[in-house]
Amino acid sequence: MKLHFGNGLLKGMLVTIKQNLRHPTVTQYPEQRLNTSRRIRGQELVWNKTRCTGCATCAKACHQGAIQIVTATNTENNKYEVETYRVDTGYCIQCGICVEACPYDALFMGARYEKAKYRRAELVENKEQMADSLDRPVSGYFHPERAEKLPVQTLLVEKINEDRSKE
Amino acid sequence: MTELFANPWFHWAFYTVLLISFALGAVMGLIYIERRGMGRMQSRLGPNRTGPFGLLQAVADAVKVLLKEDIVPANADKVVHWLAPIVAFVPVLLIFAVVPFMNGAMLADLNIGILYVFAIGSISSVGIFMAGWSSSNKYSLLGAMRDVASIVSYEIPLVLAIIGVVILAGSLSTNEIVKAQANIPFILLQPLGFIIFFAAACAEINRSPFDLLEADSELVAGFHTEYSGMKFAMFYLVEYAEALAMCAIISTIFLGGWQGPVLPPWLWFLVKTFGMFYVMVWTRTTFPRVRIDQLMALAWKFMLPLALINIVVTAIEVVIWPTPAGLPWVLIIVNFAVAGILIVTWSRLMKYGWGRVETTLR
Repeated sequence: MKLHFGNGLLKGMLVTIKQNLRHPTVTQYPEQRLNTSRRIRGQELVWNKTRCTGCATCAKACHQGAIQIVTATNTENNKYEVETYRVDTGYCIQCGICVEACPYDALFMGARYEKAKYRRAELVENKEQMADSLDRPVSGYFHPERAEKLPVQTLLVEKINEDRSKE
Repeated sequence: MTELFANPWFHWAFYTVLLISFALGAVMGLIYIERRGMGRMQSRLGPNRTGPFGLLQAVADAVKVLLKEDIVPANADKVVHWLAPIVAFVPVLLIFAVVPFMNGAMLADLNIGILYVFAIGSISSVGIFMAGWSSSNKYSLLGAMRDVASIVSYEIPLVLAIIGVVILAGSLSTNEIVKAQANIPFILLQPLGFIIFFAAACAEINRSPFDLLEADSELVAGFHTEYSGMKFAMFYLVEYAEALAMCAIISTIFLGGWQGPVLPPWLWFLVKTFGMFYVMVWTRTTFPRVRIDQLMALAWKFMLPLALINIVVTAIEVVIWPTPAGLPWVLIIVNFAVAGILIVTWSRLMKYGWGRVETTLR
């Protein structure tokens, strides 16, 4: 028969004091961010201007009809240009079929988050808002060679720096 | 300076201002310690946005709560509702009158200091009952009734646990009790008394695991559900000022108060008080809330008999070894052995159905 004389109380107190002495397992979110998974699909579209030929395969593939693409011939430079490339992200379901359909690897899913907007009109993204840039990381969706190069996912911040003035 | 303090009016004015500012200032500190300490024990950080390391969080909360609208329920007993926070707060401040910060540094060196503390200390439950009654809210009233029940039950082991200390010290004056601990703090001579007193004090000031009157999950917030704004702030203040008062009393009668090497006496007192509060935060974080029948069973079946046995054992020891300072190590070993044996044997009786019912509880 096991003896019980309030030793459960002492065990519990040992657990809490151990938690007290180790590092808290929290992230100070807006300042500290964890790396997302390499396999994340992403919530936005990233469009590469130089690779896009304006073939509109993406627009045809889109189930939602969220992509609008208008092309025109620039007679001065003797070039075929994409005049408008707009996506209504309010309709986009992040299925990634446009990315899979693109024959020239000009369209990617982006891993950026915090995309909430106040008005519906702001959800429509144009060429400039979608353009490929450094602050708009491309996710590894449909491009495993890119996924390998992404940073490894972190689950915990090793050291929490509470004095935010030093950062 | 000494002739200035010899003037009773100056003494009175100085200590009144000091005690009120100490109580209000230290409560801010306690709230910070509690929220941060509890956060760390739960693997969180606690508030750290307001000011450096979140030190100003209590100030921000106080400002917020003071600027809020003061709502009085339509069916409330207005006068009682208005008076309740004051009736609850004043006795808590009065306790600090007999707490020695240094040798003799106290508002009133009463020769019945310890008796005064427990005579005054339980008055604040009248304020809490007034709050519950006047709110015209069934949950508030239930919470207030539970408070009265727990205070009536736990006052007895609380006072009995102290009698052992009083027997050893030979005085009821808090300052004399501290002086009697010059060689050895009474926690070593009265381990059982300390455990009983600590648990009963937690119940007396309604801290978790005995916070049945607030029981957020069943009674919303108990007696202060209908309070808002500054009156709510008063109750919040009472809660922590009571904790501070109890920690100060525990450090005075069990931990040797202002006695200690190297550091100045007032600092020793503060270190012990706040350390004691950290232990309270520790127990609060760890233990789940007890049921009302478990609360009563613990007071009447466990603490009361053990406190009585503790008094008898202490009295016999004092008769056999009239000068405890001569043989402290023998006494310490005997007392710890007695405490251990009593707790283990008595906990056998605290089983389901008084030990007679077979259960498959693990």
